[in-house]
Amino acid sequence: MKTTFLDFEQPIAELETKIEELRFMQDDSAVDISEEIARLEKKSQGLTKDIYAKLTPWQTAMVARHPQRPYTLDYVSRLFTDFEELHGDRSFADDKAIVGGLARFNGQPCVVIGHQKGRDTKEKIYRNFGMPRPEGYRKAERLMKLAEKFQIPVFTFVDTPGAYPGIDAEERGQSEAIGRNLYVMAELKTPIIVTIIGEGGSGGALAIAVGDTVQMLQYSTYSVISPEGCASILWKSAEKANEAAETMGITASRLKTLGLIDKIVNEPVGGAHRDHGAMAQNLKKALQDALKGVSGLSTQELLAARYERLMSYGRFKEQPVS
Amino acid sequence: MSWLQKLLPPKIKREGAPRKSNLPEGLWRKCPSCEAVLYATDLEGNLHVCPKCGHHNRLNSRERLDLLLDPEGRFEIGAEVLPVDSLKFKDSRRYPERLNDATEDTGETDSLVVMQGAIKTLPVVVACFEFNFMGGSMGSVLGERFIRGVQVALEQNVPFICITASGGARMQEGLFSLMQMAKTTASLTKLSEAGLPFISVLTDPTMGGVSASFAFLGDVVIAEPNALIGFAGPRVIEQTVREKLPEGFQRSEFLLEKGAIDLIVDRREMRDKIAQLLALLQKLPAAA
Repeated sequence: MKTTFLDFEQPIAELETKIEELRFMQDDSAVDISEEIARLEKKSQGLTKDIYAKLTPWQTAMVARHPQRPYTLDYVSRLFTDFEELHGDRSFADDKAIVGGLARFNGQPCVVIGHQKGRDTKEKIYRNFGMPRPEGYRKAERLMKLAEKFQIPVFTFVDTPGAYPGIDAEERGQSEAIGRNLYVMAELKTPIIVTIIGEGGSGGALAIAVGDTVQMLQYSTYSVISPEGCASILWKSAEKANEAAETMGITASRLKTLGLIDKIVNEPVGGAHRDHGAMAQNLKKALQDALKGVSGLSTQELLAARYERLMSYGRFKEQPVS
Repeated sequence: MSWLQKLLPPKIKREGAPRKSNLPEGLWRKCPSCEAVLYATDLEGNLHVCPKCGHHNRLNSRERLDLLLDPEGRFEIGAEVLPVDSLKFKDSRRYPERLNDATEDTGETDSLVVMQGAIKTLPVVVACFEFNFMGGSMGSVLGERFIRGVQVALEQNVPFICITASGGARMQEGLFSLMQMAKTTASLTKLSEAGLPFISVLTDPTMGGVSASFAFLGDVVIAEPNALIGFAGPRVIEQTVREKLPEGFQRSEFLLEKGAIDLIVDRREMRDKIAQLLALLQKLPAAA
C-alpha cells in the first residue's frame, strides 16, 4: 500500500519519490546504487523522526485522522482471537459506525467495542464516517451489560469525529443514548479499558470512553469539540483551527500532563499508519498492562476507584464565601 | 447589514452597537413570540410567561429558585467553588476576561446555582443553570457544584432536582469540560442506590453536553413548553444533512411526541407539579 503523505510531510514524500525512482533505475542499471538508496532511506527515516518530534497539535489531529490509520477492526484482527461480532440494539437497527462483540484477548474471553471508520468512499458511507447514531450507543450499552453479566472485561476503542448530528439521530434520542452510557459505564461491575486510537470527538467519544484505564495512542486526539468547530464558534472562522487545537489541549502528551488520561501508547516512527503490525504490538503490551492493573481488584474496589477518578475531574479553586 | 443601513450616509450611523431595545428597562416588554407589548409588572406576576400567547421567557437562576422554593430555610451549596483558567485559554479574548464579564452581567460566579430548601415544605436540593453566564456552559465549577449538591441530597436523604438551561460544554476548559459530563452523570448512580428521586427539568435551551449527560436521566424528565432541547444544534444539523428541519424540530412538544420526555409542564404549575411528583415517588400522603 502506498503511503499517503500529509501536507507537512511533503519533504518526506519528495525523498520517498526519489528513493522509488532510484529503485526503479537500479533494476536495469549496471552501476550498483544500493548504497545510495540505503543512505536516502536512512535520511528519510531521520527526517520523519524530526518532523514527528515537532508535530503541532493541529498536525497531530491530521495524523489522528490519517486515511491509512489502523481502525478498530484492524486492531481486533491483530490483537484478538475468536472475534464474533454481535449486532444490533434490539429495538431499532444495527449501527455500522460502532462495532462490537465477543472475543479472546490472550485466550481470555472479553467484550470488544469500538467506533469503526471506512477506508474507501463506499465503506466510509457504510460506516457513516464513524459517527454513531443512538442505536450504536445502545448496542454498546447492551454489550457492556453482557460483559457485566458474564464477568468478562470490556475493551473499547475510540475513533470518531463525534456522534452523528442528524435529524433521525435526534428523533431517536441521541442525547439520552449518550447520557445513558455514561451512567452505565460509571457503575458497570466489570473492568473497562479505554483506548483512544484516533479521533476522540466529544460526547460521541466519551459515550464509550468511561473506564478504569484511559490511554491514548501517541498521535491520537481527544477533545470537547473539534478544532474546526471551536474555531468557527470562538474565532468565527474554521481557518483558525490551528490556534484552537493549540489552546484547547487535544494531544496525548498535553492531556497526560493535565492528568486526564493514564498512559500514552507509543506509535511507530511516522505514525501508526506506517506500520500497523508494530502499532498493534505496542498496543497489545499496553492492554496487557492495563488489564493486569485492574485484575487484582474486587468489584467493590474497582467501582470505588472508578468513581473516585470520575469525581476528581475538573480544576477549580475554593474560597470562603464572603 | 440591512439595505436600509447601507442607504444611510455614514454620518447618520449610530456610534457603537445598536441597543437591543429602545424601551426603558423595566417598564414595557415585547413578547418575542407574539410581539404583544406587555406591562413588565404583569409579565413578572405571570412568572415571565406571556399572558397573551403563553410564551415562556428565559429566567435567570435566582428567579427560578424563587419560583420553585419556599422562601424560608434556604441554604446555598458550592458557592465557594470558583473557576480557574487551567489551560490559559485565549481566543479573541482571554477566558478570565470572559468570566469577569459574565460575573458583572449576572452577579453569579459561574453557571450553576445550587440550593438546599423546600418545595411546599418537602425538603429538596435544587441545582439551577444560569444561562446568562457564558450560555450556561458546563465547566469544572458546574460539575463540582452539581456533585456537591448531590452529596448534600444524599446526606440529608432528600430528592435532587436539576433545572437546565445550557448551550453545552465550556470550550474554554477543553477536555476538563467534557469530563464534567461523566462526573455529573456518575454522581446520579449514588442517588439511585439511595432510592432518592432525581427530577430533571429542561428549559430553553438544553443542548450539547448537558443534554447528553444527566439531563435525560431523571426519574421524571419534565420540559417547559416550546423549549429547544437536543444534542446537536439546529444549524449544525442543517449543514450536515442539507435539508430543511421539520417544523417544531427539537422543541419540547416534538420530544414528547418522540417519547424522549415524560411531560411538559407550564411554568405556572411547575411548583405544584413537582411537589406532587415527589410526594408520589416518596410515598408521602397527597397534599391537602
